[in-house]
Amino acid sequence: MTTDVLVGAAGETARPIRRKAAPSASARATRRALVAYAVVLLVWQLGATSRGWLGHPLPYLGNLPAPSAVLEAFRRLIVDPGYWQSGYASFVRVLTGFGAAVVVGVPLGLVMALNPRIRRVVFPVFELLRPIPPLAWVPAAIIFWPTQELSIDFVIFIGAFYTMVLNVLGGADAVDVRLIQTARSMGASRWNVFSRVVLPAVIPSIVVGSQVAIGVTWEVVVAAEMISGGGSGGGTSSGGGLGFFIWNSYVGGSYPQIVVGMISIGIAGYFSSAALRWTGGRLTRWAGARS
Amino acid sequence: MTMPAIEVRAVHKTYGVGRKSREVVQDCSFAVADGSFTVVIGPSGAGKSTLMRLIAGFERPSKGEILVDGRPVKGPGPDRQVVFQETALFPWMTTRENVAYGPKARGDYTPDARHLAARLIERVGLDQFQNKYPSQLSGGMQRRAELARAMVNRPRVMILDEPFRGLDAMTKKLMLEYYSALSRESKRTNLFVTTDVDEAIFLADRLLVMTHIPTRVRAAIDVDLPYPRQLAGFASDDRANDLKRQVLSLLHEEAARSFGAGGVAADFVAAYRSRMAEEST
Repeated sequence: MTTDVLVGAAGETARPIRRKAAPSASARATRRALVAYAVVLLVWQLGATSRGWLGHPLPYLGNLPAPSAVLEAFRRLIVDPGYWQSGYASFVRVLTGFGAAVVVGVPLGLVMALNPRIRRVVFPVFELLRPIPPLAWVPAAIIFWPTQELSIDFVIFIGAFYTMVLNVLGGADAVDVRLIQTARSMGASRWNVFSRVVLPAVIPSIVVGSQVAIGVTWEVVVAAEMISGGGSGGGTSSGGGLGFFIWNSYVGGSYPQIVVGMISIGIAGYFSSAALRWTGGRLTRWAGARS
Repeated sequence: MTMPAIEVRAVHKTYGVGRKSREVVQDCSFAVADGSFTVVIGPSGAGKSTLMRLIAGFERPSKGEILVDGRPVKGPGPDRQVVFQETALFPWMTTRENVAYGPKARGDYTPDARHLAARLIERVGLDQFQNKYPSQLSGGMQRRAELARAMVNRPRVMILDEPFRGLDAMTKKLMLEYYSALSRESKRTNLFVTTDVDEAIFLADRLLVMTHIPTRVRAAIDVDLPYPRQLAGFASDDRANDLKRQVLSLLHEEAARSFGAGGVAADFVAAYRSRMAEEST
């Protein structure tokens, strides 16, 4: 009888890992995205050039620099080392602040989840500081940190930190207690339970937290650079960052450059999120199998 | 008379304190004979799972003591392995990694343990699914992987807390027959929780019918049906039907208590019971 069951058992089929969408579907998605971009560009171009073809500018849209002007500015800037330096400066700041938030936030979240006593001490302070927006920290950071660079890094760190901690804490709280009980009943040490059960269970939350946090850091870096005057050097061609680049373009009246700066941030944010998504996917392959 | 594998002695378990406290297990005592297949059956929400957690050592009794092989339970240990109601496989480990987890975690992954793990995976029919993650397995396969993961630790006692709940009827029947055969050849002590009378009578050497919360043993019934048993054969088996009626009548009494005396629901249950009694005469 047992053999019968075994045959029946082996005959079952395993659920396949969910595959990526078929190429035709992804091609269709790309086509739709391109259409959307084209429509936005067309409306923008028509609105911005309304003074020419309509005789008077349309409200709001008429004051925008036209996409053609932005493209022209972009062509000019793409060979300008100052533009790339600005992007690079912002990128390094984002990476530093975000990295620090991960390095500090993940262990703090884990410690709070695993040790109720530490949680009772730290969490009230954490919750009191959390509503303070990162930008409200800018003046204090400038006073506190010895260099302008460090104060910008710190403000970015603040932007990513709370998101990281809360996600890790929530993820660790949600670890299925039966998994921990199972591991303990098999004689696993506390360290083994932590490294083989708790940590893998929290990784999806770390991945999600990172994706949200990196988005926040791009929002914060630009504002911090505008407020603080863009770090040590100032000026477009030095380490001012994209935030200062945009502000400087505004002050100098080169409006197409503002848009170039804005789009650059959008693209940088898109790629950093995509990089995290990709890394996260590699780390949680087992979850990708879920249907 | 050999020493019982498990002895539960006057165990109480109360959650909370003061007016909000709730007694879940009350003065519960029983013994589980070495190598027996004991089924614990009772109304849902009776506190059976709490009792199992106490025996597993995940929680401590408020009063009384639990002995396994004559030694008091002080915490969880590899001698008692629990299979839970729903899958508790590690989602980030493949079938093979899950099964090998216990020996590896104890630093005991000898060639012998490796061999046993491989044999168990084959025994539960998952050798073609060794490198799959739990999410890629069907419900029945997950249950079998979990059985293998528990058995690789060579436990004295297997504690199964409604392990086949939530499986479809066909898979559940296969799993019952499968596990019955598996446990009969290993001669291991089994403590199996269920709310299903057919399941209970099919598996048990001995049945413990539990009271409604706070739980204790209402009746212990020896199930003297010969092996191998057939789930399908029960309908025409007089002895099996007698046992079933006996257990159902006890369970209905306990279920009625959960509705409270005098309520509409209690009347409903009483009517149902009198109809059952008529049918059985």
